[in-house]
Amino acid sequence: MNSLDFSILLQAWPYLWSGLLFSLALTAAAFVIGMLLGTCFALVQHFEVPVVAQVVRGYIALIRSIPLILVLFWFFFLVPIVLGHLYGNGRPIPIGATWTAFITFGLFEAAYYSEIIRVGLRAVNKGQFEACQALALSTFDTYRCVILSQVIRVASPIILSQTIILFQDTSLVYVLSLTDLLGAASKLAQLNGRLVEMYLVVAVVYLAISSAASQCVASLRRRYAFTGAHR
Amino acid sequence: MQGTASPIDRSSTIVVAENLVKRFGGFTALNDINLTVAKGEKIVLCGPSGSGKSTLIRCINHIERHDGGRIIVDGVELTDRMADINGVRSEVGMVFQSFNLFPHLSVVENCMLAPMKVRGLSRPEARERAMGLLRKVRIQGQADKYPAQLSGGQQQRVAIARALCMQPKIMLFDEPTSALDPEMVKEVLDTMVQLAADGITMVCVTHEMGFAREVADRVVFMDQGSIVEDGDPETFFRAPRTERAKGFLNQIIH
Repeated sequence: MNSLDFSILLQAWPYLWSGLLFSLALTAAAFVIGMLLGTCFALVQHFEVPVVAQVVRGYIALIRSIPLILVLFWFFFLVPIVLGHLYGNGRPIPIGATWTAFITFGLFEAAYYSEIIRVGLRAVNKGQFEACQALALSTFDTYRCVILSQVIRVASPIILSQTIILFQDTSLVYVLSLTDLLGAASKLAQLNGRLVEMYLVVAVVYLAISSAASQCVASLRRRYAFTGAHR
Repeated sequence: MQGTASPIDRSSTIVVAENLVKRFGGFTALNDINLTVAKGEKIVLCGPSGSGKSTLIRCINHIERHDGGRIIVDGVELTDRMADINGVRSEVGMVFQSFNLFPHLSVVENCMLAPMKVRGLSRPEARERAMGLLRKVRIQGQADKYPAQLSGGQQQRVAIARALCMQPKIMLFDEPTSALDPEMVKEVLDTMVQLAADGITMVCVTHEMGFAREVADRVVFMDQGSIVEDGDPETFFRAPRTERAKGFLNQIIH
């Protein structure tokens, strides 16, 4: 037990791989749901839509003040009861651990992405809106083709940081008895006693994926280089 | 009367402002403005800073909402009806002091966006039109660069081409050379002189009095939200009627 023995990896690999796939799938789904919903939340606040903007602000404040792990618990235990009261005869309607994870992560991340987009929207120069008006662009085209594409480019480093945090947070699904990369490693480590090896390997995998993502965004930024300023 | 050879059609007006009023809070930026722009006419708006000249041209395409009076552009009265406003805006080109190019789009894409989205041109059609107008402002060689890679003068010429791509009936210029380094002013003014020679209707806020002498059919002098003088450039520069105009001319000519 004294020296490191990575031969255990040969057997462990398929299980770790399935854990990794789950982590990546959950990250991807939460990213897509979070960005779409988050952008809607940000726009609702940006346009000061009556009532809805206040509701969204309250939602974001609430979500951001609660640990994700607590939200996962709540969703898993409370939503079936609520659904039961709404659609059934009061008996809880279970939604399952996997669905709970995907929906909760998506809703949770939406609050964070929304704040990033909202700040980005405020940073766009007033002249950009005026140029769109002067060119008779519709509000939809203004936001889709000009404003949001700039916001997302400028905010991409922060969006990436948030997404890396999201990727690491997927390990919290252990509270729902789901198995992600870290969960898989931890189960195997306890089975075969090779804790150090297992935790080293997953650390390397997390590191590799996170730095690959950073590199990817950096190269995208180089390709679409603009200083953001217009002199 | 000086100005270009292009004909002015006095019988058809493109902009009519009647008793126009604009307030910012308690401050009256425009006070009872009456202005008519005929087709083909080139008007230079000048006056001290804060006199309301930028506000006036920004009311013409409803970037500023007026608070009183009427403004009719190309036969359409500007109210709060969005369909009317966008219809008018698509016929009115505007060039800003700070260029306001879209930094995430290349030069040619900046010029293609509105013709595709508003006029419904296909991508090749929009590209062809954009390249034609970039050639006109002599910047076709930079078509695939991004705005941040260009000098101020080049950016402003792109902004002019972008506005022209909508084939507007009138062009508004809001201090187009004020944000430029001195050595770049000429290239932008030359482009504007060339446009004027093509006969397009122009309303131009500028302190470039050489340009006003060369191009303007009329000089409109504003002060404190009102039109103080409105006449041909020769008379305005040689014999301004009001003390305020005299003072202003003394200050800018040094």
